[in-house]
Amino acid sequence: MNASFPLDPEAIRRDFPIFEREFHGRRLAYMDSAATALKPRVVVEAMNEYNTRYSANVHRGIYTIGEEATAAYEGAREKVARFINAPDPHEVVFVRNATEAVNLVAYAWGRSNIGRADAIVTTEMEHHSNLVPWQLLAQEKDADLEFVPFDASGRLIGDSYEVLLRTRPKLVAFTHKSNALGTLNDVRSMVAQAHEVGALVLVDGAQAVPHLPVDVQDIGADFYVFSGHKVLGPGGSGALWARRELLEAMPPFMSGGEMIHSVHLRHSTFADIPHKFEAGTPDVAAAIGLGAAVDYLTALDMENVAAHEERLTAYALELLPREVPGIRIHGPAEPADRAGIVTFTLPEAHAHDVATLLDREAIAIRAGHHCTQPLHERLGETATGRASFSVYSSTDDIDRLAVGLRGVQRIFGRSPAVAGA
Amino acid sequence: MDDLYRDEILEHYREPHNFGTLDAPDASYEGHNPLCGDRITIMLSVDDAGNVSDVAFSGRGCAISQASASMLTDEVRGLPLAEVEAMKNQDILDLLGIEISPARLKCALLSLDTLHHALDERDGETAAAAGGAGS
Repeated sequence: MNASFPLDPEAIRRDFPIFEREFHGRRLAYMDSAATALKPRVVVEAMNEYNTRYSANVHRGIYTIGEEATAAYEGAREKVARFINAPDPHEVVFVRNATEAVNLVAYAWGRSNIGRADAIVTTEMEHHSNLVPWQLLAQEKDADLEFVPFDASGRLIGDSYEVLLRTRPKLVAFTHKSNALGTLNDVRSMVAQAHEVGALVLVDGAQAVPHLPVDVQDIGADFYVFSGHKVLGPGGSGALWARRELLEAMPPFMSGGEMIHSVHLRHSTFADIPHKFEAGTPDVAAAIGLGAAVDYLTALDMENVAAHEERLTAYALELLPREVPGIRIHGPAEPADRAGIVTFTLPEAHAHDVATLLDREAIAIRAGHHCTQPLHERLGETATGRASFSVYSSTDDIDRLAVGLRGVQRIFGRSPAVAGA
Repeated sequence: MDDLYRDEILEHYREPHNFGTLDAPDASYEGHNPLCGDRITIMLSVDDAGNVSDVAFSGRGCAISQASASMLTDEVRGLPLAEVEAMKNQDILDLLGIEISPARLKCALLSLDTLHHALDERDGETAAAAGGAGS
């Protein structure tokens, strides 16, 4: 491996059992980590250990394995809190994924705080999960929903943001890092600007938490959400971080067992945070798996992870235009302004056909709109191809992608005679 | 050469048959594939005998969805509507003559699904016109 890369992906791949499997006789070149990341053995083993050695419910059992389960579950919460530098583990609510976290805020905070003609500001580059919940809330409350546009290089337009802030929104919600373009938004200053006009801020960290050191105190947001499955953790895990006073003031989201303090036939009082927002038996194994995943990443050091992916991005941004004639790369040109994601289109072939042909070379990329239809409308594309990287990604993967794309071009030859309607 | 992208599929993709729009179609529908955002519109005209007298499609999509729309519109031209309505997913796969993976099935079937929706809407309108009351 090139000495300028801080991680050794070949060694790291030995920690991921999936790389023992061959596809068409080859190692998997997995470049869809922005959709979901592969799981290291330590995550699988941590979940297995819970399921085979102490698979009791949490916060109930007055017996050894119940206490072990509670300790492991709350221990995972502490690990997640440290990973994002949350000041207090009680401010970390376990959820199924970032989508559930946004819905929790839209429901519990939004329904009590957003009223008629109040403004919510979001952006045109949001994943549907940080868009549709606000649409529904705005429709229900007859509130206004406004969007910060992005420019041709895939960056949010600061002037437009300032203009929209003058509407004095109650809430601003935006992504830390675009899942479609890889754009890193300047979250600290965007949060500070929003706070100046009295807005609360929700930051969608689903793409950022897996790829760079995240410090929620430094960012200064009010709500920060992410999914565990993109952080090398299991599906069904994720977290909402919010400031204590906000969580304490918010009514429950889901209700039932686990989240109560006392229940009477006609009224109930609710548990302290975070349990107020964790109704029902949680996915204990998933939370423990997420704890193991953030331990694994912490051992690699998130500074190294970020540097590794930035270098891979730079490598791809340099190699692909040189090796793949006519390829169009979307998003910021500077590797430092984007992280771990390279989105592209070929003039000859639709992204779905590209992905199908690459699959035959054991190369996995995403093709489609990546749950960002408004962003793709803005790009003027119905579908794009997306290669996204993680700690196990290497320059070999990108070399194979370039060769694969050349193969697609050989099959598709020239552009179709009819390109559009 | 890849068997999925055999020459016939690529030729239909590059130069699709029946590509365009009709001025006064008897039925028209825009279908879309939520997976990738691709959209196609199919328009058709029906003669007095109840046969498809003209058909056209427009829109963008992958090679599989474009080739399937091109082949399907060739296939239904001149056919009685009842036969078009009776067409099954397997008929499209037979037309394409390639192995379609589950992930790409929606691409292959978008054209037939769109065509059937166009006919359903036309049936609705015809029934409303005949009965004098829409539903």
